[in-house]
Amino acid sequence: MVNNMSLLYTEEQKELLALVREMAEHEIKPFVQSADEKGECPKELFKWGFDMGLHMLEIPEEYGGAGLSYETTAMIFEELAKVDAGYAISFVTTFVALRNVILAGSKEQGRYFAEKIAPGGFAAFALTEPNAGSDPAAMRATAVSDGDEYILNGTKTFITNGALSDVFVGFFKTDPATGHRGISAFIVDADAPGVTVGAHENKMGLRLSNTTDLIFDNVRVNASAMVGPAGSGFKLALNALNLSRAFVATMAVGIMQRALDESVKYAKERKQFNTPIIKFQMVQQMLADMAIKTEASRCLVNNTMKMMDRGSLVQKEGAICKTFVSDCAQEVTSNAVQIFGGYGYSKEYPVEKLMRDCKVFQIFEGTNQIQRMTIANVLDREYS
Amino acid sequence: MNIVVCIKQVPDTTEIKIDPIKNTLIRTGVPSIMNPFDKNALETGLQLKDNYGGKVTVISMGPAQAQAVLREALSMGADKAYLVTDRAFGGSDTYATSYILSQAIKKLGPFDVILGGKQAIDGDTGQTAPSIAEHLNAVRLTHILDVKVSGDKIIARRQVEEGTEVIETSLPVLCTATKESNKPRYATIKRKIASLKAEISIITLADLPHADTTKMGLKGSPTKVRKTFTPQRTANGVTIEGSSPAEIAETLLNKLVEAKIL
Repeated sequence: MVNNMSLLYTEEQKELLALVREMAEHEIKPFVQSADEKGECPKELFKWGFDMGLHMLEIPEEYGGAGLSYETTAMIFEELAKVDAGYAISFVTTFVALRNVILAGSKEQGRYFAEKIAPGGFAAFALTEPNAGSDPAAMRATAVSDGDEYILNGTKTFITNGALSDVFVGFFKTDPATGHRGISAFIVDADAPGVTVGAHENKMGLRLSNTTDLIFDNVRVNASAMVGPAGSGFKLALNALNLSRAFVATMAVGIMQRALDESVKYAKERKQFNTPIIKFQMVQQMLADMAIKTEASRCLVNNTMKMMDRGSLVQKEGAICKTFVSDCAQEVTSNAVQIFGGYGYSKEYPVEKLMRDCKVFQIFEGTNQIQRMTIANVLDREYS
Repeated sequence: MNIVVCIKQVPDTTEIKIDPIKNTLIRTGVPSIMNPFDKNALETGLQLKDNYGGKVTVISMGPAQAQAVLREALSMGADKAYLVTDRAFGGSDTYATSYILSQAIKKLGPFDVILGGKQAIDGDTGQTAPSIAEHLNAVRLTHILDVKVSGDKIIARRQVEEGTEVIETSLPVLCTATKESNKPRYATIKRKIASLKAEISIITLADLPHADTTKMGLKGSPTKVRKTFTPQRTANGVTIEGSSPAEIAETLLNKLVEAKIL
């Protein structure tokens, strides 16, 4: 195993990482290539993660979780992402949805959501729409009050775990006349009449993760399904994104570490001019830069997680972390393909998949362009 | 149902190297693990508990560092762990070890099912667990594939060279598990955390006042090792090549006939 020298792990963290590594290496890794090819993850593979409790790592014990810190949870998801980030993100999305219901909703809502997930269920966040990506205020999905119920209508797109979930946190306009202040969040059961799973997205990477459209057609939910007060949905979504940004960054570190591991191994074995290519300075420079970016990214993620553990919202820090790490991941995985040469471009070798997997990290949870806007806006406020 | 599983900490390698001067195993630089067959035995015990209820107790004899494998067993689902350790137990061979373990089990008992691996990957004797059955006067079934309980009897499938034996017997029984018995489960994150903080109970000589001390330790061990050595490799393997599987098989067949193996 490669030593990640940048972090000082506790004995407990080392034990947990060893456990997750053993499971992922033996039970998941052998099936990743074919699942990537097919564009779906077999349910049996997810069972390993559920049995271990990977969907409830950071969830407090009173809700049935393991009660880990954000810091330790992130380390575990980095480890899992080394084997497959699409597999990891299916669990991350689930716990982030539950975590936000616990944060913004009532105790009863938190328990209800946790009980749906605890036995081995996925959850999803239904926010994005075909015309509302970086600009959620433009969403068209509506929630109309009808007695003690709300009637939900609309189409959501790019929903991670869309077809797998037992329960969603859905975002709908309760006041369509206003912008983001008109958005409210609701807990919606996947089997509620009127909820349909739409087209499955045939993605470039993260192909073990399930991404679909979701259609809400006159779905009736009790008014008690609203999370937080009416109009607070946008705030909930932003908080959720702050949290998930740091977690996608940890998975990008996992992808980078895997790219580095594979590249060093290959550069030591591959000989040209009777010399292992790791002895050539231009290859050395690439490997060194890959290591620098991976270690720096890991430290940045770790610090962001520690801030979150202390209650910080990490609006700016989460944006910095996600942007820096996902930009680094592009370079690191691209260079991994470069070091492998022609073989790197072949699906026979693992690195082209890493390059495909990591592209979306610059796009989802807010594009890196939007992140830079956020960072600059916060700077503007901070220096005023 | 009261189930006890005997586990051993072993070096993580199947290629044991022996110090030619001291005649002992070279353990430097080799991490320690739970003997893999003992893990199968633990899984058998946990499945019995899952199916019929009860309690799984794990027991290991060894130095303080053997607590690591007991903690691992707790993380997989064992309920209670005991480390049997005392200077007086040092140097025990399989006879003495099985005697000490049987006395410790007797102290903790009564037990319905005692489980162990078919052998440890370091010593490879396969003697300790069956000998525990002798000391406790329990039925002994080695190389079991699975165990079902029916009333006060158990029905076990045993792996034998010719195939499988199905045996029905009364309790208590000692069974040894093989790699084919099952696929051991992984720990859960929650159990792993709990196991790191769990208390491991210690059993020393003082806890076994009725045990016969002449059957313990180096002096109580009838086995005398005269010499240990790593056998010299006398011939290298041969790779048979050919254009088709049929051609390769034919070449292999001819070579076996030539060597008078067939």
